[in-house]
Amino acid sequence: MNKPIKKINLSYRAVFSLVLKRDLMIAMRHKDDIINPLLFFVIVITLFPLGIGPEAQTLSRIAPGIIWVAALLSTLLSLDRLFKSDHDDGSLEQMLLSPQPVFILVLAKIIAHWLITGLPLILMAPLLAVLLHLNEQSYGALILTLLLGTPVLSLLGAIGVALTVGIKKGGVLLSLLVLPLYIPVLIFATSAIDTAALGLPYNGQLAIIAALFFGSLTLAPFAVGAALKISTN
Amino acid sequence: MWKWLHPYANPEVSYHFAGKILPWLSALTVICLSIGIVWALAFAPADYQQGDSFRIFYIHVPAASLSMGIYFGMAIAAFTSMVWQFKLADASAAAMAPIGAVFTAIALITGAAWGKPMWGTWWIWDARLTSELILLFLYLGIIALHNAFEDKNLAGKAASILTLVGVINLPIIKYSVEWWNTLHQGSTVSKLGRPSMSADMLWPFLFCFLGFALLVGVIICIRFRSEILARNSIRPWVKKLVSAQVPTAQHTPVENK
Repeated sequence: MNKPIKKINLSYRAVFSLVLKRDLMIAMRHKDDIINPLLFFVIVITLFPLGIGPEAQTLSRIAPGIIWVAALLSTLLSLDRLFKSDHDDGSLEQMLLSPQPVFILVLAKIIAHWLITGLPLILMAPLLAVLLHLNEQSYGALILTLLLGTPVLSLLGAIGVALTVGIKKGGVLLSLLVLPLYIPVLIFATSAIDTAALGLPYNGQLAIIAALFFGSLTLAPFAVGAALKISTN
Repeated sequence: MWKWLHPYANPEVSYHFAGKILPWLSALTVICLSIGIVWALAFAPADYQQGDSFRIFYIHVPAASLSMGIYFGMAIAAFTSMVWQFKLADASAAAMAPIGAVFTAIALITGAAWGKPMWGTWWIWDARLTSELILLFLYLGIIALHNAFEDKNLAGKAASILTLVGVINLPIIKYSVEWWNTLHQGSTVSKLGRPSMSADMLWPFLFCFLGFALLVGVIICIRFRSEILARNSIRPWVKKLVSAQVPTAQHTPVENK
């Protein structure tokens, strides 16, 4: 009479790709989530020449800093969607209750978030760099630092979101928690771009950003998992 | 081996223990600070270069090193609470965070007050100043997270995670800020390095340092006790404690009449 419950054994890889596909599909159905942070990124960068003045010399000097600060802020804005809707409809709780390791689930969600928000930002950045008269020698450095740096932003930001997802007005609090943690990435990325503008090798800075990337890739999902368990209680 | 430690896991025992050491700590604090401050401000010789304005270091240096020390204390408490699910550790971390923030602010403000006559400016983007400022942001973030939760047990756990994330990041931030500083601007301001202090400057400094460290201990004890009371307010022993105090408070005005 009682049918034995069919047990599905999923490999870690299958779980990872399932969660990744699900998150990407949800994002494709709400395209605003992709476009709005990108628009924000563009608008913030447009504000700087208006505030500072149109001299090409000044703009090219401050372009790396502006692009990176705008990238930090637009990542921060998009972080909220990482766990919020899943938390609200209860699917996050189900994920945590499932027998799959939290590390894999969280990692898949973070990577999906980076594909949705980080990647378009990287594609957009060279265009904005042209507007800011970035030194021609630094384009490579700009792309490489963004490629290595924006995943770190998503990973560290996920810790902040996981801690604040259960709180009603977590938005401002999130920026308070996360922005100080972003400082090393900002420092090394902008200095790599500046060094490239002088025609000097910037391998050292890239290596440090890569170290930050791998460090946060291995450690951050644990912290996110622990924080999610607290937030969902 | 660690059995003697077990009774202190009980909030009541810890509460009374903190209450017992409090008067001793306070007495030591008053002695050390009064000796140290009077000696430092009135009797220690003035610096041959900086004159009397160097005396602010008797407050600035203890505050700066304690601001770091308190963070590491919080990190240890956070680790204890995460690993052994030890609720009193949360309470002690919660007790420490505002003190650390205040000491960081004191270090920044006294540093600025010293910088104005010496460097001619209130603020420079020096590596030490910048990392101290970021430390203040980390403290404020932890306090804000703590206040955002209704349930204090949850708040403690969330703050523990953030503290541990912060303690991993703190050396990275410190190192990167130093790196940024040397790269972006020449070292126009000579580092404050540790000048070899003469003994008549060193002794008052040691008294001040010990005094401020003890002061931190006293404030932590007081805040720790009130945290315990706030978290255990439904427990019978707290009710007994309160009801033992309330009638006397009500009776005294009657007796005065």
